[in-house]
Amino acid sequence: MLFPTPNRRALALLSILLPLVLAAVWLALTSGPLAPVPVTVAVVEERAIAPALFGIGTIEARYRYRIGPTVAGRVRRVEVQVGDRVHAGQLLGEMDPVDLDERVAAQDAALRRAEAGVAAARAQVTDARARLEFAGAQVRRYEQLLQARTASEDTVEARRQEAQVAEAGLATALANLESAEQDLLRVRAEREALARQRGNLRLLAPVDGLVVARDAEPGSTVVAGQAVVELVDPATLWIDARFDQLGSGGLRAGLEARIALRSRPSETLAGSVLRVEPQADAVTEELRAKIAFARLPEPLPRLGELAEVTLALASQPPAPALPNAALQWRDGQLGVWRLVDAGPRFAAIETGLRDLDGWVQIGAGLTGGDRVVLYSQAPLRPGRSVKIVEAIPGVLR
Amino acid sequence: MISLAGRDILHGWGKYVFTGMGLGLLIGVTLSMAGIYRGMVDDAAVLLDNSGADLWVVQQDTLGPYAEPSSLYDDLYRGILTLPGVAQAANVTYLTMQVRPAGDAARERRAMVVGVVPGGFGEPGQPRFLVAGRRLTRGHYEAVADLSTGFRLGEQVRIRRHLYRVVGLTRRNVSSGGDPMVFIPLKDAQEAQFLKDNDAIIQQRHRTAVNPLFNRPGQPEVLEAVLAAQTQSTSVNAVLVRLDAGADPDRVAADIRRWKRLGVYTRAEMNEILQAKLIATSARQIFMFLVILSLVSAAIVAFIIYTLTLGKIREIAILKLIGTRNRTIAAMILQQAIGLGLIGFVVGKTAATFWAPVFPKYVLLLPSDAARGLLVVVLICALASLFAIRTALRVDPAEAIGG
Repeated sequence: MLFPTPNRRALALLSILLPLVLAAVWLALTSGPLAPVPVTVAVVEERAIAPALFGIGTIEARYRYRIGPTVAGRVRRVEVQVGDRVHAGQLLGEMDPVDLDERVAAQDAALRRAEAGVAAARAQVTDARARLEFAGAQVRRYEQLLQARTASEDTVEARRQEAQVAEAGLATALANLESAEQDLLRVRAEREALARQRGNLRLLAPVDGLVVARDAEPGSTVVAGQAVVELVDPATLWIDARFDQLGSGGLRAGLEARIALRSRPSETLAGSVLRVEPQADAVTEELRAKIAFARLPEPLPRLGELAEVTLALASQPPAPALPNAALQWRDGQLGVWRLVDAGPRFAAIETGLRDLDGWVQIGAGLTGGDRVVLYSQAPLRPGRSVKIVEAIPGVLR
Repeated sequence: MISLAGRDILHGWGKYVFTGMGLGLLIGVTLSMAGIYRGMVDDAAVLLDNSGADLWVVQQDTLGPYAEPSSLYDDLYRGILTLPGVAQAANVTYLTMQVRPAGDAARERRAMVVGVVPGGFGEPGQPRFLVAGRRLTRGHYEAVADLSTGFRLGEQVRIRRHLYRVVGLTRRNVSSGGDPMVFIPLKDAQEAQFLKDNDAIIQQRHRTAVNPLFNRPGQPEVLEAVLAAQTQSTSVNAVLVRLDAGADPDRVAADIRRWKRLGVYTRAEMNEILQAKLIATSARQIFMFLVILSLVSAAIVAFIIYTLTLGKIREIAILKLIGTRNRTIAAMILQQAIGLGLIGFVVGKTAATFWAPVFPKYVLLLPSDAARGLLVVVLICALASLFAIRTALRVDPAEAIGG
């Protein structure tokens, strides 16, 4: 069969059919399995990696003071509200003294009675002393009379005996005074003890701090050791942070930290690792560390607020590095698609340090200046034809 | 000898070409329908490919993690790693849910949120390749999204109560239902799915500690006992296992099934689950429609060729009158029919290729399907022309002179 002689009609038919066939061929070559895969290229470059760790934690107070009574009792009044700033020694609240005030009044009366007893004993001593002096004077006078032979021996003896009785009376009075004074001391000490007990019912702030909890209201009964008011020292806020155990080898005290609070995510606060807890969490597979703020932000972060912590580990010397998007897993090996003349070829590599921005140091397998596939539109096969583009089609910027 | 068919086509080429194009659009729809069916099957296959796993370890007696819910303790992978033949084992969670960019609820997308262990490169479960950005490096609040979600690099998306920054984009990472995947760190995904993440555990500890029932003054051991009782492992949906080169998947699977008493599926079994159980009904639905569409197309092709032939019955009568052999007339009709089919096929294939990317779900136009389609089109055209040829040969030459 011969092709018809070209004429106007044949040309018109061809002008419609030929573009159609060409379009079909073009589509087969550009969108089918024969089409080259668009890829972008990354060049292995020497780069200093600053690895970093990322963890999350909550704001906690280093010191938390739980103020409560030492004996069971009823709360009489609570003087502070949550959020109040208090200073050391300030009255926070008071327990109900029950009968303590009355016992103090009784002790006061007993004290006054003891004081009166002491005064009475003193008066008795004065009295006894006066009697003794008089008796002594009588003895001396009758002894002179005896020498003058105007008084009998018998009379003098009687005066001497009176003086001895007076002496004994003084001793008795002095002993009474001592007893009364000791009694006064005892009563005073007892009064003091009651006053101490009374003072112990007053709940005082041990430090300057912030009231974070008011656990019992007036009228409620609390047991010994149960907190009525909780204080924290706001100057000692820190972050109880948790880091995935995977890749947290460099975690140690003193590392610089950047802190972002959940309530203020765009604001970066400075801090540092205060200590790494010796005990890791076995269930959640995390390490724990305490992060201290360099300067406390204003307003104060809330206790228990979520915080993101990024730790910068020491920067390492430059080494060949690649973005981690270039690394792929193939046939049980980690590697990259190297771009050689014949097309992409898979090359196994070893990786070193990595940072949070997605850079990975290449331990072996590549050298600086090697060109590798960074992004591809489809999975690659060895020898698959590729087309190098600036960005993979369809990616929204 | 001149080509009778060519001359005839040239005589009324406009009608011929436009008939072919109309036929082509019909063929294009049929090819697209085949592409939709293939795309559905491919979505399931690509899900397995992208997971990069040789074995899926799931809850006993479930068809998890894609076809049925499955829940495993997340420390089981350690035991699986010790088995001979196992190279890698990684926890993974899958949850299909609505994901929306922060502050732009209108661009909400249905997506399959995949929780993977961050920091690794191409471990099982991770996206195989990226088209922009980087892989997950932080343990929390980062996401790698599929292109078809429409999310941009650097954008923040909300999944449950947390915001995630899109740090990387990938392509053709879809669930078996065709929903695009969003990869987030495992611990965040566990929180999104089970709400029993580390935060929850620690908060539960606090909660217990402030409860005076458990935290009794003078009896600190009560609190410790209660905390110990509350400490339980969190869950994942599956453990993806990659085997050593040369390890026998069936043997390792049998080991895990026997000694760990867990459900295990090899790639072939998982493929069977996805194809035969998960997408079976909808795929059969599409396939049924494809069959009907093919039959309708074939019928229409036959009618067109038959009417085209009937349209020039007078000319055929003249040909017979001047003594043209039957063979020549039959060849003319056959050539025209096949030509029509070829034009239709080229137009249809081109049209299908052009409109395939516009479909919201993946349309896979396989070259083998195209070849098969071409063969079927030519066959149908040849068959259809048989009727036309039969009519043409029966025509009475007298009709040419108006008899």
